[in-house]
Amino acid sequence: MRIEATNDFVIRFANVNGTGSASANNMFSKAVFRMGVPVSPKNIFPSNIQGLPTWFEVRVTEKGYLGSRGDVDFVVAINGQTLKKDYDSLMPGGYFLYDSTKSLPRDFSRDDIHAIGIPLTQITIDNYTNPRQRQLFKNIIYVGALAYLFDMEFEVLTNMVKDQFAKKEKLIPPNIGALELGYNFAKDNFAGVCGLKVERRDNVKDAIIIDGNSATGLGAVYGGATVVGWYPITPSTSVVEAFEKYAKKFRIDESGKNKFAVLQSEDELSAMGMTIGANWNGARAFTATSGPGLSLMSEFLGLAYFAEIPVVLVDVQRSGPSTGMPTRTQQSDIIAGAYASHGDTKQVLLIPCDPAECFEMTATAFDVAERLQTPVIIMSDLDLGMNDHMSRPFKWDDDRRYDRGKVLTAEQLDNLSERWGRYKDVDGDGIGYRTYPGTHPTKGSYFTRGSSHDDYAAYTEDSGIYEDNMQRLVKKWETAKDVAPHPQIKYRDKASKVAAIFYGTSAQASYEALDGLEAEGTKINTCRIKSFPFHPDIGKFIEEHETIFIIEQNRDAQMRTLLINEFNVGTHRLRSILNIDGMPIRARRIKRKIERMLSGESVSPFTTHNSGKEVQA
Amino acid sequence: MSYLRSTFRHPQAPKNKLGYTQANYEGALSTLCAGCGHDSIANSIINACFELSLEPHKIAKMSGIGCSSKTPAYFLSSSHGFNSVHGRMPSVTTGANMANRDLTYIGVSGDGDTASIGMGQFMHLVRRNLNMVYIVMNNGVYGLTKGQDSATADIGSASKKGRPNMYEPMDLCELAISIGAGYVARSFSGDKEQLVPLIKGAVNYNGFALIDCVSPCVTFNNNAESTKSYEWVRDHKEATNTFDLVPEEQEITVKSPNTKTESVDLHDGTTLNLCRQPGSLDIKCRESVLMALEEAKQNKQVLTGLLHLNTAAGSTHEIINTADKPLNQLTEKELCPGSELLERFNQSLR
Repeated sequence: MRIEATNDFVIRFANVNGTGSASANNMFSKAVFRMGVPVSPKNIFPSNIQGLPTWFEVRVTEKGYLGSRGDVDFVVAINGQTLKKDYDSLMPGGYFLYDSTKSLPRDFSRDDIHAIGIPLTQITIDNYTNPRQRQLFKNIIYVGALAYLFDMEFEVLTNMVKDQFAKKEKLIPPNIGALELGYNFAKDNFAGVCGLKVERRDNVKDAIIIDGNSATGLGAVYGGATVVGWYPITPSTSVVEAFEKYAKKFRIDESGKNKFAVLQSEDELSAMGMTIGANWNGARAFTATSGPGLSLMSEFLGLAYFAEIPVVLVDVQRSGPSTGMPTRTQQSDIIAGAYASHGDTKQVLLIPCDPAECFEMTATAFDVAERLQTPVIIMSDLDLGMNDHMSRPFKWDDDRRYDRGKVLTAEQLDNLSERWGRYKDVDGDGIGYRTYPGTHPTKGSYFTRGSSHDDYAAYTEDSGIYEDNMQRLVKKWETAKDVAPHPQIKYRDKASKVAAIFYGTSAQASYEALDGLEAEGTKINTCRIKSFPFHPDIGKFIEEHETIFIIEQNRDAQMRTLLINEFNVGTHRLRSILNIDGMPIRARRIKRKIERMLSGESVSPFTTHNSGKEVQA
Repeated sequence: MSYLRSTFRHPQAPKNKLGYTQANYEGALSTLCAGCGHDSIANSIINACFELSLEPHKIAKMSGIGCSSKTPAYFLSSSHGFNSVHGRMPSVTTGANMANRDLTYIGVSGDGDTASIGMGQFMHLVRRNLNMVYIVMNNGVYGLTKGQDSATADIGSASKKGRPNMYEPMDLCELAISIGAGYVARSFSGDKEQLVPLIKGAVNYNGFALIDCVSPCVTFNNNAESTKSYEWVRDHKEATNTFDLVPEEQEITVKSPNTKTESVDLHDGTTLNLCRQPGSLDIKCRESVLMALEEAKQNKQVLTGLLHLNTAAGSTHEIINTADKPLNQLTEKELCPGSELLERFNQSLR
């Protein structure tokens, strides 16, 4: 038996970190994309620079399901350290491509898979003298072999090499040569062996491929961010690096000077301090971090909440607690973000699910933060931030204007008919009018503080004034529900009493699982949460259904907790489906879990605990 | 604290170049203890800003948490102020300065706020040479929490609580000089004649300017056993120099005879005229300054005045090549690359 599929399979590359495999694997992935077939690559990498195992999974998905599917149909096993594990992980009927310079150990005895031995090391020894070249071209050679095995258009690959090395032309012929070595070896030895095919389609349309962090960095440039204070931390580092790269491209003035300021700070506290200081002073500023940084920034987030200073923070979540698994994904900062800081604080969260949303929500986050004069945390995650994703293209409406919120000019200060108070709620939406330092010689100055203050920003220990101020912040919170992006609610069947709620990177795999269930006759309505505070429609959606699956990637069902807490709804109707193994949540597992739960089985909410038949990839 | 302040101002009170009197630079009534050194420093800030004819609204007052950090409420009421969180004034000021390079940033902190909880931020602020005035109101004691030793308390010095401090003190001036600060001074809250010109020089200096100002805590640390008391500091203070800041157009007169005058041009065109005893400290040489500070410590002296001056280094904006126009004044058109470039960018991702 062999797996046969066209444009619908999962291939996993097992490599050693630091050997140049990533660019070869990306080349394969992009080649599929350029043949018009949707593709979803995932890099599974260690917290290490060189030497530890790393995997790269590419899902070829004609139907455009971009979440993780689960299970592996084809393995390219280049890493001796994980050879056995990779071998065992393969689906029955799958294919195992390995370096046959050395033969496989005896215990590699599965008879339900197809071994494809290519003497990669030997081929490089025969063809190259330089050791680094041998290492790099080994990767290109297996890509060439895959092109033959999957019956891909070889020209797409050679064109990619030409694009990639447009500025280093002399590297083009040897790379194409390496592709040919692999292609020809496979052709001579494994004709007709592989049942998986990539065929040209027209299914990607105008889609782009980019990682979420780059999209976020670009969104910050378009959103008008000028000041960034930041501290490097995986997986958020590339957000600021991308911002700086694009700012250098788009934001240099006539005299060659930067229309932006990026400062690498001494720690995350300082990064948040800089962000607050710059926003207070009327620049759009942001920072990016991950879990440990969010913890460190919490005190400052409380200041920004209470002193009402706009802040944009990008939290690219990773596995916690503490250092956790720093190179593995999770959605486990939801509660830490939502209630960041001591005392009664609540923070606005925006939750993107793909690069296009990373771009849009980041640009929008500055509008939301300035409109509400409060921190806005963009809850991305490692899977979204660091992996390439196929996505709608970025769009910008040139008529769009930044919403700088309620800021008084010198002229407006002169024309005020009554006494101005920084925290006075004159419009009934809980939001006062602020001024930037330096606006007016005699009017509009005030003292910003994290201590209790009255409408005029003066220190107070008057209980009544303190309480009024805290209640006004609640009113502002109500305003936020309409300012932040609304949820995406879809009814597959208005009469159905079963629903699912998910957010961020749990969305793609969830939609796929539910499509599968719908094909089998189970219609489940969906609500994708895009922000916190929750829009009232989410509460209504919960009320309409009897069973609601909350699908997320953390141990403690954090979004479920947040929903119960904010809506005060019956806990028995909200059923968790959880994934905490550090890998993106898989569609097949969600589907199986829902099937079992709906059939009345008492099962664990964790997707890693499924039926024994499932191969745990 | 005092409960009342006279609102009477002399009708012929002197005016500065802007036509403002000193009253234009005052703040709210202080709530600190009567006799607190911090109030004297606040008054010196008022004097310096008045004499420099600074537009009050073009000044931002920054602080952390503590007695010292409350003082920005007591001067320059037409300036925006920011009382941030404990030990974090450096980062907030850095962000503010990045947003608008045209304002004058006066940061006020204490010894707890700077030398303990804020030490990390302080050191990195110095490294980046942010253009700001950083005044430490240094009393060697935690006032708001009622009398614990701070990290600048001298070893053996005892506060009102009576137990001598057991740990080595942090010398903020030495630390700042050792990592490249270009304007470092030490003064005493009770010496207005020295402090006001030091603040003026710090304002006009382009880059990070530190004034570590010993400021006795009358409530918890003004006893005979303390080395941060009025009496002790007066008895052990040793001035390295006196100076005045001279606007371009103004002639200088040197007060004391037997002194040598040295002129240093600052970036903004003003001149700093430094008078010092023959054979005394060469403040431009950082090694000799560090040595002098160590020697003074051995001799139980508090070396005051401008301790170190280096006008060669660029401030943060020059280091990172920021645009001359303040970033917070850039328009949407100057910031957003627009749809056409975005479409071209999309194309590169296919």
